[in-house]
Amino acid sequence: MNLPLLSLIIFLPIVAGTVMLLWPNASRDAIRRLALVTATITFALSAWLYVAYDFVAGGYQFVEKYPWLPELGISYHVGVDGLSAPLILLTGVVIFTGTLVSWNIDRPREFFGLLYILATGVFGVFAALDLFTLFFMYEVAVFPMYLLIVIWGWEKTREYAGMKLTLYLLVGSVLALVGGLAMVFAARDNLGYLTFDLLELEKAGLSVGFQKFWFPIVFFGFAVLGGIFPVHNWSPDGHVAAPTAVSMFHAGVLMKLGAFAALRVGVMLMPEGAKFHLPWIILLTLVNVVYGAFIASVQQDFKYVIGFSSVSHMGLVIMGIATLNHDGLLGSGVQMFSHGVMTALFFAVVGMVYDRTHTRHIPSLGGMMKKLPWAGVAFIIAGLTSMGMPGFSGFIAEFPIFMGVWRYEPWIAIVAAISIVVTASYVLRVAHKVFFGPLPEEFKDIPDINVFDRVALVTLVFFLVGIGVFPHMMVPWIESGVNYVLTILGGA
Amino acid sequence: MSALNSAMLLALLPELLVLALMGLVLITDLSGRVRGRNLGWLTIVGLVAVVLISVSTVMPDAAGEAVWGGTLKHDALSFVFRMLFLIAAALTVFFVLDVPGLGDRGAFYLLLLASVLGMMLMAMANDIIMLFLAMETATIPLYVLAGFFTGRRESVEAGFKYLLFGALASGVMLYGLSLLYGFSGGEVEFAALAQGLAETQAPTWAVLAALMVVLAGFAFKVAAVPFHFWAPDVYQGAPTPIAAFLSTASKAAGFVLLVRVALVAFPSATLPWWGAALAAMAAATMTLGNVLALTQTDLKRLLAYSSIGHAGYILMGVVAATKLGLTAVVFYLLVYMLTNLAAFGIVAVLERSTGSSAAAHLAGLYKRSPWLTLATLAAFLSLAGVPPFAGFVAKVWVFMAAVEAKLEWLAVIAVLNSIVGIYYYLVVLKVAYEYDPPADAAPIVVSRPVVWALAVLAVFIVVAGVAFGPWFGWGQWAAAALFP
Repeated sequence: MNLPLLSLIIFLPIVAGTVMLLWPNASRDAIRRLALVTATITFALSAWLYVAYDFVAGGYQFVEKYPWLPELGISYHVGVDGLSAPLILLTGVVIFTGTLVSWNIDRPREFFGLLYILATGVFGVFAALDLFTLFFMYEVAVFPMYLLIVIWGWEKTREYAGMKLTLYLLVGSVLALVGGLAMVFAARDNLGYLTFDLLELEKAGLSVGFQKFWFPIVFFGFAVLGGIFPVHNWSPDGHVAAPTAVSMFHAGVLMKLGAFAALRVGVMLMPEGAKFHLPWIILLTLVNVVYGAFIASVQQDFKYVIGFSSVSHMGLVIMGIATLNHDGLLGSGVQMFSHGVMTALFFAVVGMVYDRTHTRHIPSLGGMMKKLPWAGVAFIIAGLTSMGMPGFSGFIAEFPIFMGVWRYEPWIAIVAAISIVVTASYVLRVAHKVFFGPLPEEFKDIPDINVFDRVALVTLVFFLVGIGVFPHMMVPWIESGVNYVLTILGGA
Repeated sequence: MSALNSAMLLALLPELLVLALMGLVLITDLSGRVRGRNLGWLTIVGLVAVVLISVSTVMPDAAGEAVWGGTLKHDALSFVFRMLFLIAAALTVFFVLDVPGLGDRGAFYLLLLASVLGMMLMAMANDIIMLFLAMETATIPLYVLAGFFTGRRESVEAGFKYLLFGALASGVMLYGLSLLYGFSGGEVEFAALAQGLAETQAPTWAVLAALMVVLAGFAFKVAAVPFHFWAPDVYQGAPTPIAAFLSTASKAAGFVLLVRVALVAFPSATLPWWGAALAAMAAATMTLGNVLALTQTDLKRLLAYSSIGHAGYILMGVVAATKLGLTAVVFYLLVYMLTNLAAFGIVAVLERSTGSSAAAHLAGLYKRSPWLTLATLAAFLSLAGVPPFAGFVAKVWVFMAAVEAKLEWLAVIAVLNSIVGIYYYLVVLKVAYEYDPPADAAPIVVSRPVVWALAVLAVFIVVAGVAFGPWFGWGQWAAAALFP
């Protein structure tokens, strides 16, 4: 294919974002139109890329490689495989719906400008086949988040939460960077030349001792962003403080960035280290899954419930990766997409309710179904997905994860299954309290959501139900990606 | 010593041109016909002309040659830095033009050029006598410049403080150099000195002690711990453009000379010792600089501590003592100089508009001056080491150099420090982007020359952060002078 589709997806947002930042006199509408056009094209292109990916052939497709700094073996090298193609699509979905629900945001020029710069970083990490490119894009994705949270976030906690989130994620990433550099030099001893190319580093045959030492540093460095216990603490605070679209982006997409990079750089480059360390790391993810669910169930703040439920569900993603078997990895791959869409939907609904009622205190809310029926139905669908109900994408994702974990160690699967019950209980409680029951007097006159919001909700629901009913929409993609990971794990 | 010939003169062409420019500025000033900032424009045009002429006529090959009886080295390393000092001086003048009591004074430009001349000789110095002479030539005008506002207490205090610490450091360094001269059996040229020290009868501890004393002198020059404490006070009191010049060109001059002395004049057998000392100094410098920067509320003091922190990162590249390390040092200094000039330029604008350099005066900058806000974003995020700005790759190269030299522990300390750095740079951006402007906020006035200078610097910061190949190539070319 001659059209550099992947690069187009990666760079379109940052170009649009830069134009916005460099256009101080633009009118509000001009900026919003530019934003909507950019988001729609990006979404369309990412969907095209997803559909055009040939999962029968598998492997890396849409590959582009240009030398960046040949002296140090650095190149701009991108491509997608069966695991990253759905994540590219996910990013496209969330940027599109996030733009729609932010239509009436204050200071749209800077908001969309920074958000789209961040989007480029996210696309870049998912597509990166070069370690330097990956780190470069990873950092691009982290810093705009700070400004997005402190400028547009919830006034009470935004400064604290924004800084906490930024520092947590950066500490992780720079430690991973040192590990990455150590890997590059260790690989040079075996290969005889310096390279940052992930595909070549995979074959570098790093010594087992080296892998055992550096694996936990690199894996945790990225898994911080995946919300792994005990360094998950930034996540609920950050997600609650962030404005709606940023919460959607952060919980929906950025956390996958962490899990994906931990898999891509940690597990795939150091499989022996992974086999050595993951047996104890899986116990940490068990804490995520169960403890996260329990904490979510005692929250009084609508948004904190979703924040902690993300911690719980991301725990499942990393747990699936940690099993290192086919079922676990397959489930993780689907869960990354499914949880991304589901959380984006949750946060979108929370934002819609909060914008109208100005409270997130669950006991003060009620009867929203009468005023915001679309949001209510969407919340219930997201809730059913999060419980792992058959017919929704959550089932397609979580069932294989539990199967994988069972194969790995049955008691872990049994303990982890507690979370399903707890999740069901808090989702039902919140849905009942917020959307049913009597409508408080002061909310009698709140307006319904607008057409942009509806389009966003329908788009998100489409993927949750679509994958739930036709798993074939996604599973073959993930399957081809997982097979590649398994050859690396087996071949090492 | 050989007779004077054209090769010797050509090697010194940039310096001779600067000397000629000084004469021109002096005569123009004395003639009394050219008033105000036109002298500044003359200086800028002159400096740019020197750069263009030098690059097109006297570019050396990487290994270069020793000229003037071996006192000076005309090689890639010295050439790159000489050009950088000229550019940094020209940019500093952009920020000076509209400052009353500074931009309209001929003496100011003259002193600045004299200092630049000294720095250029520092970059070339190849024996210990030239080392000392060049260093003094570069530093003495700076004492005067730091105290240039004779009517302002802080400025005079800054000048004196700098003079006292500087004189002490010079004395200490001279003492160390004289010891080395003695131990080596009377050698002055760097390479011969190393040879002499390697064969000396003197006890190793005595040689090492002398090396440490020399390093102390450099530590003062580059503001490294434990000889850093002059920096915040001097930067704060000195005229802001001079603080910019001190923290960029002057620091870089110290580094280029340090690199040459450490890698050529110190015997290679002593590397483990001075390497360890420098590594410890790097760790202490970056940690102290960054941690102390956390509590600063004045932008000039904040940038002073941050520049101490950056000295620590750069030292890491020196400690690595490899080709990659030296390349990283050159790249880092290039990026750091231009980024820090931008940052100080922004502070200068703020100071002119609001009368103070307190960070709080940035509040609501996004409304008061969107373009200056973008420049602030680029400069501070680049200092923080965030892509796509140049500071990110600069940091990656020094970290790489440290990891390659098996100094992983130092790299870990450095990356953790870079996180501390991100904290205080982000706080500045938060004030500019999040807070609303106070009702009585003074309008931000950015003069035309400053707009041009900041625009050029901001574009450079982005370009060098994305298309880093050519700049890295320069770094490699410069490093080839010592690592063929």
